[in-house]
Amino acid sequence: MQVNRRQFFKLCAGGMAGSTIAALGFMPEKALADVRNYKLLRATETRNTCPYCSVGCGILMYSLGDGAKNAKSEIFHIEGDPDHPVNRGALCPKGAGLVDFIHSPNRLKHPEVREAGSNEWKRISWEEAFERIARHMKADRDANFVEKNADGVTVNRWLTTGFLAASASSNEAGWLTHKFTRSLGMLAVDNQARV
Amino acid sequence: MSLQSQDILRRSASPTQPPIAREHKVEVAKLIDVTTCIGCKACQVACSEWNDLRDEVGENVGVYDNPADLTAQSWTVMRYSEVEENGKLEWLIRKDGCMHCAEPGCLKACPSPGAIIQYANGIVDFQSEHCIGCGYCISGCPFNVPRINAKDNKAYKCTLCSDRVTVGQEPACVKTCPTGAIRFGSKDDMKAYAADRVEELKTRGYAQAGLYDPEGVGGTHVMYVLHHADRPQLYHGLPEKPAISPVVRLWKGFLKPLATVGLAASVLFGFFHYIGVGPNRADETDHEEDKA
Repeated sequence: MQVNRRQFFKLCAGGMAGSTIAALGFMPEKALADVRNYKLLRATETRNTCPYCSVGCGILMYSLGDGAKNAKSEIFHIEGDPDHPVNRGALCPKGAGLVDFIHSPNRLKHPEVREAGSNEWKRISWEEAFERIARHMKADRDANFVEKNADGVTVNRWLTTGFLAASASSNEAGWLTHKFTRSLGMLAVDNQARV
Repeated sequence: MSLQSQDILRRSASPTQPPIAREHKVEVAKLIDVTTCIGCKACQVACSEWNDLRDEVGENVGVYDNPADLTAQSWTVMRYSEVEENGKLEWLIRKDGCMHCAEPGCLKACPSPGAIIQYANGIVDFQSEHCIGCGYCISGCPFNVPRINAKDNKAYKCTLCSDRVTVGQEPACVKTCPTGAIRFGSKDDMKAYAADRVEELKTRGYAQAGLYDPEGVGGTHVMYVLHHADRPQLYHGLPEKPAISPVVRLWKGFLKPLATVGLAASVLFGFFHYIGVGPNRADETDHEEDKA
Protein backbone atom coordinates (compact mmCIF):
# COMPACT_ATOMS: atom_id res chain seq x y z
CA MET A 1 0.00 0.00 0.00
CA GLN A 2 1.27 3.39 -0.99
CA VAL A 3 0.81 6.10 1.66
CA ASN A 4 1.66 9.59 0.68
CA ARG A 5 2.52 12.42 3.04
CA ARG A 6 -1.05 13.82 3.20
CA GLN A 7 -2.62 10.39 3.89
CA PHE A 8 -0.05 9.72 6.58
CA PHE A 9 -1.03 12.93 8.42
CA LYS A 10 -4.72 12.06 8.08
CA LEU A 11 -4.14 8.64 9.59
CA CYS A 12 -2.23 10.12 12.50
CA ALA A 13 -4.92 12.76 13.15
CA GLY A 14 -7.66 10.12 13.00
CA GLY A 15 -5.82 7.90 15.48
CA MET A 16 -5.26 10.78 17.85
CA ALA A 17 -8.93 11.84 17.72
CA GLY A 18 -10.02 8.28 18.48
CA SER A 19 -7.72 7.86 21.45
CA THR A 20 -8.72 11.32 22.75
CA ILE A 21 -12.38 10.34 22.73
CA ALA A 22 -11.52 7.12 24.57
CA ALA A 23 -9.52 9.06 27.14
CA LEU A 24 -12.42 11.48 27.67
CA GLY A 25 -14.43 8.65 29.13
CA PHE A 26 -16.44 7.35 26.21
CA MET A 27 -14.90 3.91 26.58
CA PRO A 28 -16.07 1.87 29.54
CA GLU A 29 -13.24 0.86 31.84
CA LYS A 30 -12.90 -2.50 33.46
CA ALA A 31 -14.43 -2.31 36.93
CA LEU A 32 -11.86 -3.40 39.47
CA ALA A 33 -11.32 -2.36 43.05
CA ASP A 34 -8.99 -3.28 45.84
CA VAL A 35 -9.71 -3.44 49.52
CA ARG A 36 -6.71 -3.09 51.79
CA ASN A 37 -4.91 -6.42 52.26
CA TYR A 38 -6.02 -8.25 55.38
CA LYS A 39 -3.02 -7.73 57.63
CA LEU A 40 -3.34 -10.71 59.99
CA LEU A 41 -3.33 -13.53 57.45
CA ARG A 42 -0.31 -15.56 58.63
CA ALA A 43 0.61 -13.55 61.72
CA THR A 44 1.27 -15.48 64.92
CA GLU A 45 -1.75 -15.23 67.20
CA THR A 46 -1.09 -15.37 70.96
CA ARG A 47 -3.73 -15.29 73.71
CA ASN A 48 -3.11 -13.20 76.80
CA THR A 49 -4.84 -11.10 79.44
CA CYS A 50 -5.02 -7.32 79.31
CA PRO A 51 -2.62 -5.90 81.95
CA TYR A 52 -4.73 -2.92 82.97
CA CYS A 53 -7.67 -3.32 85.36
CA SER A 54 -9.22 -6.13 87.39
CA VAL A 55 -11.78 -6.96 84.70
CA GLY A 56 -9.02 -9.02 83.07
CA CYS A 57 -10.16 -9.00 79.44
CA GLY A 58 -8.82 -11.64 77.09
CA ILE A 59 -6.73 -10.30 74.23
CA LEU A 60 -5.32 -11.69 71.00
CA MET A 61 -1.84 -10.43 70.16
CA TYR A 62 -0.69 -10.63 66.55
CA SER A 63 3.04 -10.66 65.86
CA LEU A 64 5.27 -10.57 62.80
CA GLY A 65 6.56 -13.83 61.45
CA ASP A 66 5.30 -17.42 61.68
CA GLY A 67 7.71 -18.50 64.41
CA ALA A 68 10.64 -19.29 62.11
CA LYS A 69 14.07 -19.26 63.73
CA ASN A 70 15.37 -16.35 61.68
CA ALA A 71 12.37 -14.08 62.14
CA LYS A 72 12.22 -11.74 65.11
CA SER A 73 8.63 -11.47 66.25
CA GLU A 74 7.12 -8.11 67.07
CA ILE A 75 3.56 -7.42 68.16
CA PHE A 76 1.80 -5.16 65.64
CA HIS A 77 -1.86 -5.58 66.43
CA ILE A 78 -4.04 -6.43 69.44
CA GLU A 79 -7.76 -7.02 69.60
CA GLY A 80 -10.21 -8.65 71.99
CA ASP A 81 -10.45 -12.42 72.30
CA PRO A 82 -13.97 -13.46 71.25
CA ASP A 83 -13.57 -16.80 73.06
CA HIS A 84 -12.80 -15.17 76.41
CA PRO A 85 -15.82 -15.30 78.75
CA VAL A 86 -15.07 -11.94 80.36
CA ASN A 87 -15.12 -9.62 77.37
CA ARG A 88 -16.13 -11.83 74.39
CA GLY A 89 -14.03 -9.77 71.98
CA ALA A 90 -14.67 -6.29 73.37
CA LEU A 91 -11.98 -3.97 74.72
CA CYS A 92 -12.17 -0.53 76.35
CA PRO A 93 -10.21 2.41 74.85
CA LYS A 94 -7.14 1.55 76.93
CA GLY A 95 -7.22 -2.10 75.93
CA ALA A 96 -7.89 -1.22 72.30
CA GLY A 97 -4.70 0.88 72.29
CA LEU A 98 -2.46 -1.72 73.97
CA VAL A 99 -0.12 -2.01 71.00
CA ASP A 100 1.13 1.54 71.59
CA PHE A 101 1.56 0.77 75.30
CA ILE A 102 3.81 -2.18 74.40
CA HIS A 103 6.00 -0.07 72.14
CA SER A 104 5.98 3.05 74.33
CA PRO A 105 9.47 4.43 75.01
CA ASN A 106 8.30 5.13 78.59
CA ARG A 107 7.49 1.48 79.30
CA LEU A 108 9.36 -0.07 82.25
CA LYS A 109 11.07 -3.27 81.06
CA HIS A 110 13.50 -4.16 83.90
CA PRO A 111 13.94 -3.58 87.66
CA GLU A 112 15.27 -0.20 88.68
CA VAL A 113 16.25 1.22 92.06
CA ARG A 114 16.42 4.77 93.38
CA GLU A 115 18.89 4.64 96.27
CA ALA A 116 18.20 6.64 99.41
CA GLY A 117 19.38 10.22 98.86
CA SER A 118 19.67 9.78 95.11
CA ASN A 119 17.40 11.30 92.49
CA GLU A 120 18.30 8.86 89.72
CA TRP A 121 16.92 5.50 88.80
CA LYS A 122 19.56 2.81 88.36
CA ARG A 123 19.02 -0.42 86.45
CA ILE A 124 19.61 -3.61 88.45
CA SER A 125 19.30 -7.31 87.64
CA TRP A 126 16.26 -9.38 88.59
CA GLU A 127 18.46 -11.41 90.99
CA GLU A 128 19.64 -8.26 92.75
CA ALA A 129 16.09 -6.93 92.93
CA PHE A 130 14.76 -10.13 94.51
CA GLU A 131 17.70 -10.21 96.90
CA ARG A 132 17.19 -6.62 98.05
CA ILE A 133 13.42 -6.93 98.42
CA ALA A 134 13.81 -10.13 100.45
CA ARG A 135 16.44 -8.48 102.64
CA HIS A 136 14.15 -5.46 103.33
CA MET A 137 11.19 -7.73 104.08
CA LYS A 138 13.19 -9.93 106.42
CA ALA A 139 14.56 -6.95 108.36
CA ASP A 140 11.16 -5.34 108.68
CA ARG A 141 9.40 -8.57 109.65
CA ASP A 142 12.05 -9.42 112.26
CA ALA A 143 11.62 -5.95 113.79
CA ASN A 144 7.84 -5.63 113.68
CA PHE A 145 6.24 -9.09 113.65
CA VAL A 146 3.49 -9.39 116.29
CA GLU A 147 3.17 -12.91 117.63
CA LYS A 148 0.72 -12.32 120.46
CA ASN A 149 -1.64 -9.40 121.19
CA ALA A 150 -2.05 -7.61 124.53
CA ASP A 151 -4.34 -10.37 125.81
CA GLY A 152 -1.74 -13.02 125.04
CA VAL A 153 -3.73 -14.48 122.12
CA THR A 154 -1.58 -15.75 119.21
CA VAL A 155 -2.20 -13.46 116.19
CA ASN A 156 0.96 -13.87 114.06
CA ARG A 157 0.53 -10.61 112.16
CA TRP A 158 2.90 -8.36 110.28
CA LEU A 159 1.34 -4.92 109.83
CA THR A 160 4.28 -2.78 108.69
CA THR A 161 4.55 -4.15 105.14
CA GLY A 162 1.90 -4.41 102.46
CA PHE A 163 1.67 -6.31 99.19
CA LEU A 164 0.42 -4.88 95.91
CA ALA A 165 -0.68 -7.86 93.83
CA ALA A 166 -1.86 -8.24 90.25
CA SER A 167 -5.57 -7.68 89.65
CA ALA A 168 -6.04 -9.75 86.53
CA SER A 169 -4.40 -13.02 87.58
CA SER A 170 -5.71 -16.51 87.12
CA ASN A 171 -7.17 -18.36 90.11
CA GLU A 172 -3.92 -20.27 90.51
CA ALA A 173 -1.77 -17.12 90.61
CA GLY A 174 -4.25 -15.55 93.06
CA TRP A 175 -4.07 -18.64 95.30
CA LEU A 176 -0.26 -18.49 95.29
CA THR A 177 -0.29 -14.76 96.10
CA HIS A 178 -2.59 -15.34 99.05
CA LYS A 179 -0.62 -18.36 100.27
CA PHE A 180 2.61 -16.35 100.20
CA THR A 181 1.35 -13.17 101.88
CA ARG A 182 -0.79 -14.86 104.54
CA SER A 183 1.95 -17.31 105.48
CA LEU A 184 4.18 -14.32 106.26
CA GLY A 185 1.41 -12.84 108.40
CA MET A 186 0.86 -9.94 106.03
CA LEU A 187 -2.59 -8.30 106.28
CA ALA A 188 -2.38 -5.36 103.88
CA VAL A 189 -2.94 -7.03 100.53
CA ASP A 190 -4.35 -4.93 97.72
CA ASN A 191 -4.27 -4.70 93.94
CA GLN A 192 -4.51 -2.03 91.28
CA ALA A 193 -8.09 -2.87 90.35
CA ARG A 194 -9.05 0.74 89.73
CA VAL A 195 -6.75 2.02 87.02
CA MET B 1 -7.24 -8.34 47.38
CA SER B 2 -8.93 -7.43 44.12
CA LEU B 3 -12.67 -7.34 43.79
CA GLN B 4 -13.94 -7.84 40.25
CA SER B 5 -16.89 -6.15 38.58
CA GLN B 6 -19.24 -8.69 40.12
CA ASP B 7 -18.57 -7.31 43.59
CA ILE B 8 -18.98 -3.68 42.50
CA LEU B 9 -22.31 -1.93 42.42
CA ARG B 10 -21.26 1.60 41.45
CA ARG B 11 -18.07 3.29 40.35
CA SER B 12 -17.38 7.03 40.41
CA ALA B 13 -17.24 9.03 37.14
CA SER B 14 -18.08 5.97 35.06
CA PRO B 15 -20.98 6.39 32.63
CA THR B 16 -21.37 2.64 32.23
CA GLN B 17 -21.96 0.71 35.42
CA PRO B 18 -20.73 -2.89 35.55
CA PRO B 19 -23.35 -5.59 35.23
CA ILE B 20 -24.07 -7.42 38.48
CA ALA B 21 -24.01 -11.13 37.72
CA ARG B 22 -23.71 -12.41 41.29
CA GLU B 23 -26.24 -10.16 42.97
CA HIS B 24 -27.04 -12.49 45.85
CA LYS B 25 -24.72 -10.69 48.26
CA VAL B 26 -25.55 -10.11 51.90
CA GLU B 27 -26.14 -6.41 52.43
CA VAL B 28 -24.26 -5.53 55.61
CA ALA B 29 -24.98 -2.80 58.13
CA LYS B 30 -23.57 -1.28 61.29
CA LEU B 31 -26.11 -0.31 63.92
CA ILE B 32 -25.13 2.34 66.47
CA ASP B 33 -27.42 2.35 69.47
CA VAL B 34 -26.94 5.90 70.74
CA THR B 35 -29.03 5.07 73.82
CA THR B 36 -26.50 2.54 75.16
CA CYS B 37 -23.32 4.38 74.17
CA ILE B 38 -21.28 5.59 77.16
CA GLY B 39 -18.86 7.68 75.05
CA CYS B 40 -15.75 5.73 76.09
CA LYS B 41 -14.10 6.21 72.64
CA ALA B 42 -12.89 2.61 72.41
CA CYS B 43 -14.24 2.65 68.84
CA GLN B 44 -12.01 5.64 68.02
CA VAL B 45 -8.94 3.87 69.39
CA ALA B 46 -9.73 0.54 67.74
CA CYS B 47 -10.30 2.34 64.41
CA SER B 48 -6.92 4.09 64.55
CA GLU B 49 -5.21 0.90 65.70
CA TRP B 50 -6.63 -1.30 62.94
CA ASN B 51 -6.17 1.23 60.17
CA ASP B 52 -2.63 2.18 61.23
CA LEU B 53 -3.60 5.81 61.81
CA ARG B 54 -2.27 8.04 64.55
CA ASP B 55 -3.72 11.52 64.62
CA GLU B 56 -1.76 14.40 66.09
CA VAL B 57 -2.34 14.95 69.81
CA GLY B 58 -4.61 17.98 69.85
CA GLU B 59 -5.74 20.60 72.34
CA ASN B 60 -8.57 20.34 74.85
CA VAL B 61 -11.27 22.62 73.48
CA GLY B 62 -13.35 22.55 76.66
CA VAL B 63 -15.62 19.63 75.75
CA TYR B 64 -15.20 15.89 75.65
CA ASP B 65 -15.03 15.81 71.83
CA ASN B 66 -11.47 14.70 71.11
CA PRO B 67 -10.40 15.23 68.39
CA ALA B 68 -12.80 18.12 67.91
CA ASP B 69 -13.68 17.05 64.36
CA LEU B 70 -13.18 14.22 61.89
CA THR B 71 -9.77 14.33 60.20
CA ALA B 72 -7.98 12.29 57.55
CA GLN B 73 -6.41 10.40 60.47
CA SER B 74 -9.54 10.15 62.65
CA TRP B 75 -12.25 8.39 60.66
CA THR B 76 -14.69 8.28 63.54
CA VAL B 77 -15.26 10.68 66.47
CA MET B 78 -17.70 10.79 69.33
CA ARG B 79 -19.96 13.87 69.26
CA TYR B 80 -21.27 14.98 72.66
CA SER B 81 -24.43 17.09 72.88
CA GLU B 82 -25.97 18.41 76.08
CA VAL B 83 -29.71 19.01 75.68
CA GLU B 84 -32.61 19.51 78.05
CA GLU B 85 -35.39 17.06 77.36
CA ASN B 86 -38.35 16.00 79.57
CA GLY B 87 -37.25 18.57 82.15
CA LYS B 88 -33.81 17.08 82.70
CA LEU B 89 -30.36 17.20 81.22
CA GLU B 90 -29.60 14.56 78.60
CA TRP B 91 -26.12 13.84 77.38
CA LEU B 92 -26.48 12.58 73.83
CA ILE B 93 -23.37 10.87 72.49
CA ARG B 94 -23.22 10.01 68.81
CA LYS B 95 -20.44 8.13 67.05
CA ASP B 96 -19.92 10.13 63.88
CA GLY B 97 -18.39 8.80 60.68
CA CYS B 98 -19.25 7.58 57.20
CA MET B 99 -22.87 6.41 56.87
CA HIS B 100 -22.23 4.23 53.78
CA CYS B 101 -25.31 5.57 51.96
CA ALA B 102 -27.11 3.41 49.43
CA GLU B 103 -27.00 6.48 47.13
CA PRO B 104 -23.66 8.01 48.04
CA GLY B 105 -23.29 11.74 47.38
CA CYS B 106 -19.48 11.44 47.43
CA LEU B 107 -19.54 8.86 44.66
CA LYS B 108 -21.92 10.97 42.57
CA ALA B 109 -19.76 14.08 42.94
CA CYS B 110 -16.40 12.36 42.36
CA PRO B 111 -14.87 13.21 38.95
CA SER B 112 -12.10 10.59 39.04
CA PRO B 113 -13.05 7.24 37.50
CA GLY B 114 -12.94 4.46 40.05
CA ALA B 115 -11.80 6.60 42.98
CA ILE B 116 -14.99 5.82 44.89
CA ILE B 117 -16.52 2.36 44.73
CA GLN B 118 -19.73 0.99 46.12
CA TYR B 119 -19.52 -2.74 46.72
CA ALA B 120 -22.47 -5.08 46.35
CA ASN B 121 -22.58 -5.55 50.14
CA GLY B 122 -23.25 -1.82 50.55
CA ILE B 123 -19.80 -0.60 51.62
CA VAL B 124 -18.69 2.68 50.02
CA ASP B 125 -14.91 2.67 49.79
CA PHE B 126 -12.32 5.17 48.55
CA GLN B 127 -9.65 3.87 46.16
CA SER B 128 -6.95 6.28 47.21
CA GLU B 129 -4.60 5.59 44.29
CA HIS B 130 -7.24 7.00 41.93
CA CYS B 131 -8.07 9.98 44.16
CA ILE B 132 -7.04 13.34 42.68
CA GLY B 133 -7.66 15.32 45.89
CA CYS B 134 -10.24 17.69 44.43
CA GLY B 135 -12.45 17.51 47.54
CA TYR B 136 -15.71 17.22 45.60
CA CYS B 137 -16.62 14.18 47.74
CA ILE B 138 -16.69 16.48 50.79
CA SER B 139 -19.18 18.86 49.14
CA GLY B 140 -21.15 15.90 47.81
CA CYS B 141 -21.48 14.23 51.23
CA PRO B 142 -24.77 15.06 53.03
CA PHE B 143 -23.09 14.21 56.36
CA ASN B 144 -19.81 16.16 55.85
CA VAL B 145 -17.58 13.14 56.48
CA PRO B 146 -14.58 12.80 54.08
CA ARG B 147 -11.40 14.71 54.86
CA ILE B 148 -8.33 15.48 52.73
CA ASN B 149 -4.93 14.49 54.07
CA ALA B 150 -2.52 17.38 53.44
CA LYS B 151 0.44 14.99 53.18
CA ASP B 152 -0.67 13.09 50.08
CA ASN B 153 -3.62 15.31 49.09
CA LYS B 154 -6.05 12.40 49.02
CA ALA B 155 -9.47 12.03 50.66
CA TYR B 156 -10.02 9.54 53.47
CA LYS B 157 -12.96 8.24 55.50
CA CYS B 158 -14.24 5.12 57.24
CA THR B 159 -14.02 2.02 55.03
CA LEU B 160 -16.42 0.04 57.27
CA CYS B 161 -13.23 -2.06 57.62
CA SER B 162 -13.80 -3.46 54.12
CA ASP B 163 -10.59 -5.50 54.58
CA ARG B 164 -12.07 -7.23 57.64
CA VAL B 165 -15.57 -7.61 56.20
CA THR B 166 -14.16 -9.17 53.01
CA VAL B 167 -12.64 -12.01 55.07
CA GLY B 168 -15.78 -12.38 57.19
CA GLN B 169 -14.96 -10.30 60.27
CA GLU B 170 -16.86 -7.41 61.82
CA PRO B 171 -15.40 -3.86 61.72
CA ALA B 172 -12.85 -3.02 64.44
CA CYS B 173 -15.12 -0.48 66.18
CA VAL B 174 -17.96 -3.01 66.39
CA LYS B 175 -15.75 -5.69 67.89
CA THR B 176 -14.29 -3.48 70.60
CA CYS B 177 -17.50 -1.74 71.82
CA PRO B 178 -17.74 -2.68 75.54
CA THR B 179 -21.45 -1.88 75.93
CA GLY B 180 -22.53 -3.50 72.68
CA ALA B 181 -23.83 -0.16 71.42
CA ILE B 182 -22.27 -0.85 68.00
CA ARG B 183 -23.55 -3.96 66.23
CA PHE B 184 -22.80 -5.47 62.85
CA GLY B 185 -24.68 -7.93 60.68
CA SER B 186 -26.96 -8.12 57.67
CA LYS B 187 -29.01 -4.99 57.15
CA ASP B 188 -32.21 -6.98 57.74
CA ASP B 189 -30.95 -8.38 61.03
CA MET B 190 -29.84 -4.96 62.19
CA LYS B 191 -33.24 -3.47 61.37
CA ALA B 192 -34.95 -6.24 63.32
CA TYR B 193 -32.63 -5.74 66.28
CA ALA B 194 -33.23 -1.98 66.13
CA ALA B 195 -36.99 -2.52 66.12
CA ASP B 196 -36.71 -4.47 69.39
CA ARG B 197 -34.61 -1.72 70.95
CA VAL B 198 -37.06 0.97 69.81
CA GLU B 199 -39.97 -0.98 71.34
CA GLU B 200 -38.12 -1.21 74.64
CA LEU B 201 -37.22 2.49 74.63
CA LYS B 202 -40.87 3.38 74.05
CA THR B 203 -41.84 1.48 77.20
CA ARG B 204 -39.19 3.45 79.09
CA GLY B 205 -40.51 6.93 78.40
CA TYR B 206 -39.03 7.68 74.98
CA ALA B 207 -42.19 7.84 72.91
CA GLN B 208 -40.36 9.22 69.88
CA ALA B 209 -37.61 6.59 69.84
CA GLY B 210 -36.81 5.29 66.40
CA LEU B 211 -34.34 4.09 63.79
CA TYR B 212 -32.34 6.57 61.69
CA ASP B 213 -32.07 5.07 58.20
CA PRO B 214 -32.77 8.15 56.04
CA GLU B 215 -34.71 7.64 52.82
CA GLY B 216 -33.23 10.74 51.18
CA VAL B 217 -29.96 8.89 50.49
CA GLY B 218 -31.68 5.56 49.79
CA GLY B 219 -31.08 4.33 53.32
CA THR B 220 -27.68 3.91 54.95
CA HIS B 221 -25.46 1.00 55.94
CA VAL B 222 -24.64 2.72 59.22
CA MET B 223 -27.84 3.28 61.17
CA TYR B 224 -28.64 4.87 64.52
CA VAL B 225 -31.13 4.01 67.23
CA LEU B 226 -32.16 7.42 68.63
CA HIS B 227 -34.24 8.29 71.71
CA HIS B 228 -35.54 11.34 69.84
CA ALA B 229 -35.86 10.09 66.28
CA ASP B 230 -38.27 12.95 65.50
CA ARG B 231 -35.46 15.48 66.08
CA PRO B 232 -32.15 13.98 64.90
CA GLN B 233 -30.59 17.47 64.82
CA LEU B 234 -30.36 17.24 68.64
CA TYR B 235 -27.54 14.75 68.08
CA HIS B 236 -24.85 17.27 67.14
CA GLY B 237 -26.72 18.36 64.03
CA LEU B 238 -27.53 14.99 62.48
CA PRO B 239 -29.51 16.08 59.39
CA GLU B 240 -33.24 15.43 59.56
CA LYS B 241 -33.69 14.79 55.86
CA PRO B 242 -30.24 14.26 54.35
CA ALA B 243 -30.09 14.35 50.57
CA ILE B 244 -27.46 14.86 47.92
CA SER B 245 -27.09 18.61 47.30
CA PRO B 246 -29.22 19.89 44.36
CA VAL B 247 -26.08 21.49 42.92
CA VAL B 248 -24.39 18.08 42.70
CA ARG B 249 -27.57 16.55 41.28
CA LEU B 250 -27.88 19.28 38.61
CA TRP B 251 -24.21 19.18 37.75
CA LYS B 252 -23.66 15.42 37.66
CA GLY B 253 -27.20 14.36 36.78
CA PHE B 254 -28.05 16.90 34.09
CA LEU B 255 -25.17 19.17 33.07
CA LYS B 256 -22.58 16.44 32.69
CA PRO B 257 -24.60 14.27 30.24
CA LEU B 258 -25.57 17.49 28.43
CA ALA B 259 -21.92 18.46 28.08
CA THR B 260 -21.13 14.97 26.79
CA VAL B 261 -23.90 15.26 24.21
CA GLY B 262 -22.62 18.73 23.27
CA LEU B 263 -19.10 17.42 22.80
CA ALA B 264 -20.30 14.50 20.70
CA ALA B 265 -22.56 16.83 18.66
CA SER B 266 -19.72 19.22 17.87
CA VAL B 267 -17.52 16.32 16.71
CA LEU B 268 -20.40 15.04 14.57
CA PHE B 269 -21.06 18.55 13.20
CA GLY B 270 -17.40 18.88 12.27
CA PHE B 271 -17.52 15.56 10.45
CA PHE B 272 -20.68 16.43 8.49
CA HIS B 273 -19.30 19.88 7.70
CA TYR B 274 -16.20 18.21 6.26
CA ILE B 275 -18.31 15.80 4.18
CA GLY B 276 -20.94 18.36 3.06
CA VAL B 277 -19.05 21.62 2.70
CA GLY B 278 -15.53 20.37 2.54
CA PRO B 279 -12.35 21.90 3.85
CA ASN B 280 -11.58 25.57 3.38
CA ARG B 281 -9.35 26.11 0.35
CA ALA B 282 -6.94 28.99 0.35
CA ASP B 283 -7.87 31.41 -2.40
CA GLU B 284 -5.03 32.44 -4.67
CA THR B 285 -6.52 35.94 -5.12
CA ASP B 286 -6.29 36.60 -1.37
CA HIS B 287 -2.57 36.15 -1.53
CA GLU B 288 -2.29 38.55 -4.41
CA GLU B 289 -4.27 41.13 -2.44
CA ASP B 290 -1.94 40.63 0.51
CA LYS B 291 1.01 41.33 -1.69
CA ALA B 292 -0.57 44.46 -3.01
